[in-house]
Amino acid sequence: MSATKQKTVYETVIGLEVHVQLKTDSKIFCSCSTEFGGAPNTHTCPVCIGLPGTLPVLNKKAVEYAVKAGLALNCNICDYSKFDRKNYFYPDLPKAYQISQYDKPVGEDGYIEIEVEGEEHKIGITRIHLEEDAGKLIHEGTIDFSTGSLVDYNRSGVPLAEIVSEPDIRTPAQAREYLVQLKSIMEYLGVSDCNMEEGSLRCDANVSLRPKGQKEFGIKTEVKNMNSFKAVEKALSFEVQRQKKILDSEKKVVQETRAWDEDLEETISMRGKEEAHDYRYFPEPDLVPLEISREWINEIKEDLPELPRVRKKRFIDEYGLPEYDAGVLTDTRALADLFEDAAAAHNEPKAVSNWIMSEHLRKLNEEELSPGESKVKGRQIGELLNLIEDDTISSKIAKDVFEKMFITGQDPEQIVEEEGLKQISDEGQLEAIIEEVIDENPEVVEDIKNGKDKAVGYLVGQIMQKTKGQANPQKANRMLRENIKKD
Amino acid sequence: MISREEIKHIAQLAHLELDEKQLDKFTEQLGGVIDSFEKLDKLDTEGVEPTAYTVPMKNIMREDKVEESYSQEDILANAPDKKKGHFRVPPISGEE
Repeated sequence: MSATKQKTVYETVIGLEVHVQLKTDSKIFCSCSTEFGGAPNTHTCPVCIGLPGTLPVLNKKAVEYAVKAGLALNCNICDYSKFDRKNYFYPDLPKAYQISQYDKPVGEDGYIEIEVEGEEHKIGITRIHLEEDAGKLIHEGTIDFSTGSLVDYNRSGVPLAEIVSEPDIRTPAQAREYLVQLKSIMEYLGVSDCNMEEGSLRCDANVSLRPKGQKEFGIKTEVKNMNSFKAVEKALSFEVQRQKKILDSEKKVVQETRAWDEDLEETISMRGKEEAHDYRYFPEPDLVPLEISREWINEIKEDLPELPRVRKKRFIDEYGLPEYDAGVLTDTRALADLFEDAAAAHNEPKAVSNWIMSEHLRKLNEEELSPGESKVKGRQIGELLNLIEDDTISSKIAKDVFEKMFITGQDPEQIVEEEGLKQISDEGQLEAIIEEVIDENPEVVEDIKNGKDKAVGYLVGQIMQKTKGQANPQKANRMLRENIKKD
Repeated sequence: MISREEIKHIAQLAHLELDEKQLDKFTEQLGGVIDSFEKLDKLDTEGVEPTAYTVPMKNIMREDKVEESYSQEDILANAPDKKKGHFRVPPISGEE
């Protein structure tokens, strides 16, 4: 063996800054609508386009949502909070400052618990603060030769909660799971849609490597422009490898901002496009301080729903569901509610879980709906399973009934009744059909009598065809055999 | 006291172009302002809570109610340049 220098083992250090759009009806400092879309500059007023002489007035709901989110992230809610101006120039920021919070955020010192590959990790949350969103720019011309930009301020002033994690994340997979949990919690609270593709959840990451065991952090880069959970994991994996190569060749990582390029699948330096990181924060003189009373905090606390991880554990304990099922079902509040309503109507949790995880999720995927958008109620899924259990319909027919339920939102009984889908279990009715099939297939009957038992299946198939799948198959099979024997 | 370099930096952050004469002038003037504040710094503030506000008000909030926005036409009325319902701005250059 040659005496090559032993390669250093590195530890990855990741911290995430997440912005979530809060689902208030009106903007954070004025009464314009927060509605997504809409013709450009139609949800705007002198406040949110930053005309001189206007005054911001804080939206109470935005504060409530931020406190709610802070509590769910195990933060201490600060009893004294204030707003500050963050100064920088960019055309999407009409006042040339963003109203944000600097040294007195709404909440501090929280954490999120995540589980990756069977291992539990507690990721610290440094802070959660309120701020206003910026407008939207459309660039004219090409990247290399811009002829100007068009600005739409509809988004300007939409409330954001910025959630900053501690540098506790050690792998790209953990970063992704942190986001999954964060989104799930926000969705349970009903404070944000957290849709990365639509921009209601945005994530920047600070990434650095350090020799394992070293306390000091290495030089970090900031990665931006990741538009899905998958992109976050891919971008961070790329960035970790890139930095590792630099360190292995005994060079230095350059501290800079890098943008993830989804097509090239690599991070690209944004040098030159970077803002000067000197924001000259100072207290926003147009807003008064915020004292969040214990009473208000307690009121919000009492209103907190059961959160995803707790609910998952309960699904395992109370319904005896496998961990996998419990995880899938509690991913969104709407799906978990659907399951519980269904399980209340049909007392076999695993059967309910199977139906939701296969049929229901398949339909949601097909129709590109989120669990909250489906017309089917949990009670109806329970009732459908009851119809299978008491032999009113076969499970094959049940799938057709479910298709209809999914489109119309009708009760399963009603569909079965209206479409005449009831399973035929009446012996007289079945006997008549069996006679018909026997008469029409004398050779097959002869084969069966001569011991070719497999041919029974063919005849049952004929019966099912004549009844459009409504004959009770077990009953038809038994009666057919008896009839042939009897001859 | 404030250095000429600091004035240059602040001017840059504020996107102000200052010539040599202006730099001298503002270095002197802003230095004077800072010196005055340094006098205030010498005051005994033992036992006085720091504050960022001078008015004794807090918790002024509005309910989350949507009210009518301005029309696109009105909001763009003062725009020096506009296009398809948007404000139009010059190309954004890579600054600094």
